Amino acid sequence: MSVIEPATVQAPTLLEARGISKHFGGIVALTEISLGVSQGEAMALVGPNGAGKTTLFNCLLGLLRPDTGSVLFRGERIDRLPTFRRGRLGIGRTFQRLELFTGMTPRQHMLVTERVHRGDGRLWKDLLGMGRPRPEERAKVAEVLDLVGLADVADVPVEALSLGHGRLVELGRALSGEPCVLMLDEPSSGLDDAETRLLVDVLNRVRSERGTAIVLVEHDLAMVAKVVDRLVVLDLGRLIADGPVEQTLAEPAVRSAYLGLS
Amino acid sequence: MSQLVTYALPGIPYGCVFALMAVGLVLTYKASGVFNLAFGAQAYLSAMVFYVAVHAGWPKWAAFVVAVVVLGPLVGLVLDRLLFRFTRTAPPLVRLVPALGLLIAIPSITQMIFGIEPKLGPPAVFLNPNMIYFRFAGFPVDGNEIATTVATVVVVGGLALLFRSSGLGLRMRAVVESPRMTELAGIDADRVGAFAWILSSFFAGLAGVLLAPLYAQLSASNFTDLLVAAIAAAAIGGFSSLSLTLAGGIGLGLAQEILSGYLPSGTILSSGLRPALPFIVLAVLLVVVPRFRLGGEVSDPLAACDPPAPSLDPPPRIAVVSRGARIFAIAVAGALVGSALSWVSGNWLFTITQGLVFAVIFLSITLLTGMSGQISLCQATFAGVGAFAAGQLASHFGMSVLGGMVIGGLLASAVGILVAYPARRLGGIALGLVTLAFALLMDNVIFPYSWAGNGASGLVVPRPRLGPISFGGGGAFFWLALFVLGVAGGAVWLIRSGTTGQELAAMRGSEVAAATIGIDVRRLRVVAFALSAAIAGVGGALYGSLQQTVSPNDFAYELSLVFVVVVATVGVRTVSGAIEAGLAFTVLQQIITSLPTRYGSLLAVVFGLAALSYVRHPEGVVAYGKRVVLDMAEKLVVALERGGSSHGSATGSGRDDGTATGTMEPDLAVGP
Ligand SMILES: Nc1ncnc2c1ncn2[C@@H]1O[C@H](COP(=O)(O)OP(=O)(O)OP(=O)(O)O)[C@@H](O)[C@H]1O
Ligand SMILES: [Mg+2]
Repeated sequence: MSVIEPATVQAPTLLEARGISKHFGGIVALTEISLGVSQGEAMALVGPNGAGKTTLFNCLLGLLRPDTGSVLFRGERIDRLPTFRRGRLGIGRTFQRLELFTGMTPRQHMLVTERVHRGDGRLWKDLLGMGRPRPEERAKVAEVLDLVGLADVADVPVEALSLGHGRLVELGRALSGEPCVLMLDEPSSGLDDAETRLLVDVLNRVRSERGTAIVLVEHDLAMVAKVVDRLVVLDLGRLIADGPVEQTLAEPAVRSAYLGLS
Repeated sequence: MSQLVTYALPGIPYGCVFALMAVGLVLTYKASGVFNLAFGAQAYLSAMVFYVAVHAGWPKWAAFVVAVVVLGPLVGLVLDRLLFRFTRTAPPLVRLVPALGLLIAIPSITQMIFGIEPKLGPPAVFLNPNMIYFRFAGFPVDGNEIATTVATVVVVGGLALLFRSSGLGLRMRAVVESPRMTELAGIDADRVGAFAWILSSFFAGLAGVLLAPLYAQLSASNFTDLLVAAIAAAAIGGFSSLSLTLAGGIGLGLAQEILSGYLPSGTILSSGLRPALPFIVLAVLLVVVPRFRLGGEVSDPLAACDPPAPSLDPPPRIAVVSRGARIFAIAVAGALVGSALSWVSGNWLFTITQGLVFAVIFLSITLLTGMSGQISLCQATFAGVGAFAAGQLASHFGMSVLGGMVIGGLLASAVGILVAYPARRLGGIALGLVTLAFALLMDNVIFPYSWAGNGASGLVVPRPRLGPISFGGGGAFFWLALFVLGVAGGAVWLIRSGTTGQELAAMRGSEVAAATIGIDVRRLRVVAFALSAAIAGVGGALYGSLQQTVSPNDFAYELSLVFVVVVATVGVRTVSGAIEAGLAFTVLQQIITSLPTRYGSLLAVVFGLAALSYVRHPEGVVAYGKRVVLDMAEKLVVALERGGSSHGSATGSGRDDGTATGTMEPDLAVGP
């Protein structure tokens, strides 16, 4: 059996890494990673701690500049685009170490994302008093808050929320931007069982209803299996397996590198 | 060549002193994350104690031991234990404001203790400063040059030895070189932090007594300006390499003297460029060299384990209480306006008007720092641009100050863009340093020109007229100030509740996340500076018109630091905070002028020390006080309702009541 089993691809590739390498001083974080995710696809990226998963996310979003290789979106190179432009293309993401807008409530997180996404906010409108959230925006945001189960704490400043709620705020914020690719960095760590079930539900719904592609970095393999069909395994910055979940988990390289350690 | 050496030699003492301070700066920055802008003030304190002790007839060695060996480290230890050990994981502003407070308070406290009469002819620690001891390849070498070199070599040698041999030294070196590694190795950051503060404060004290004899008189500004050069030296070392920092400090000292040797003497350029050189170096380094962007500020892996910071935004309140607070606020404002226009003396009317004018300037800090989380240390400079523009337009083109105010605001806004654009990639303390560099440059090089602030003689900014209405009188100008404040405050409030305000708040919360959702953070930063500078410019023009003459002294760079401290202490998050800060600033100043002259700088002490509370109350002490009062009022209301409804049906509006029906309203007093 070959190590790399290409997934059956019908839909067009949305986001793609081609030969990305990245090192920090002496640490090689990524070596020649090539990986694509297509429309409506759900894929998990797993690997032991320090495998380079977060680094790959950062390279894809332009938060880090890869040493070599390029990033493509719908077949076009986006290496030179700054992070905010990639965000506007429809790449949404959550952070492993929470990056919340401190001082704001979950509702304000969604409202600002929604505004930015639609892109019709203008300074002169603010100065004329036309910058306040409109009813339809509020309705949309209320929907997202309901979806991720934050309606109860929607108006509590995020500093006062639990880690689990914080993760859900990140998820809701990413969803408010109506992304076509949703990249989640360990979204279930810190969630309780009920919240994890909700998370699985939300991801499956978003994928089936909106056709959003999902890239999920996760340690919880049981949860992974409920969301994705494709599993990609990184180890020490190398891509060691890529294929359907069951099949990939059966590979010897994966067993020794990942399961052996966990 | 020989010319060059002649110019360079007097630079040695400066270079050594810069280097000592810079090494201290890097040590504390790395070990505790605090960029201690107060080292210059600490140097001044040690120099003062040394001066006073020697003049009291103590032997020099005893004075040195007390001022440098004991007092210096003691101050550092106290600051670390009482203050800075709690700020390791805090946001940049929380780490900066207390340091700024100390920078302002320490020199004033020193003067209050040791008197304000001039301290002439500061003594040298050893050797006669001006005596030529020997000739080095034909060039004369004086006592100062020898003394500073010897002291620096000894101390730096000692530090190197410490780093090599002792356990604590090794751990400290590890912290300085790689905080990340240190965290992994589990080094006790607390002890290392304390040690770094002790050591670097000792360096500051030593730098102080070494620097003092270079000037004819002991004056605080010589020492606070010193810090500027130290920061530049630290930037040359990338804020981490101690040997490069050392070399950078010495290099800067030499370069300063060489520069002033070759520039034509007696011009603004030569007298201004010399003090501004370190900051030009700093600004260029920070802006141009990517590695110097302090992006990866000291971050603590345990940060997430700390209890969450108290929320700065108001909790929902019971309707009765928030209505009461609103009525109370309106009553207070009404009483203030009413009294200003009726029974208070002309002197106090002027003070209150001045408070409103400062409130306008302070609104620029509310927008930039409170709403957007950007640190700027050049708001007084923006105000100066507005004031000078209005003055120049009035005197050259006879333009009304009302028009001058608008153009001054626009010009200040353009200047704001000019500063922010090159620095658009920088955040946190690095941005603060660049703006400080800019303020210093404007202060020394631009404002003295006759076409700008016109040096010490300054400019006349007349009181405006509008058709038949003259704003010459105190009462009329009060209305004008109130109107401008209303417009500026309203604008800030509208921006805050609109799209731009939401985006600014997002940038303040997390720049990375803001970019990820599609916000162009760099552009937004420039926008925030443009808006803020415009407000400051309008406020500056208004200030000029109130005072009727202004000079660069009114907008000196130190004032920018004072502004930040005052607004942060009183309340940086809200429009009402800016107004309270403006009034507090001028009213307290007015009260203090009635005290004996010795206490002339009491205001600096009051605000400087109050700024230390910022660590605990980043929402500002006034906002905190309001919250406490409202919490009590709320408890009272709940208790009363409980008592009243215990017999009848439960229709209480208590917040903790599961079936609460009371309307929740955002807390007005902490709102705009
Ligand atoms: N900014 C950085 N500077 C230096 N080294 C880094 C940096 N970011 C990541 N690394 C290193 O790169 C390697 C990959 O890290 P990365 O965070 O991508 O791993 P990960 O797969 O996300 O691990 P985890 O499961 O712990 O989140 C690690 O060895 C890490 O220490
Ligand atoms: Mg990770």
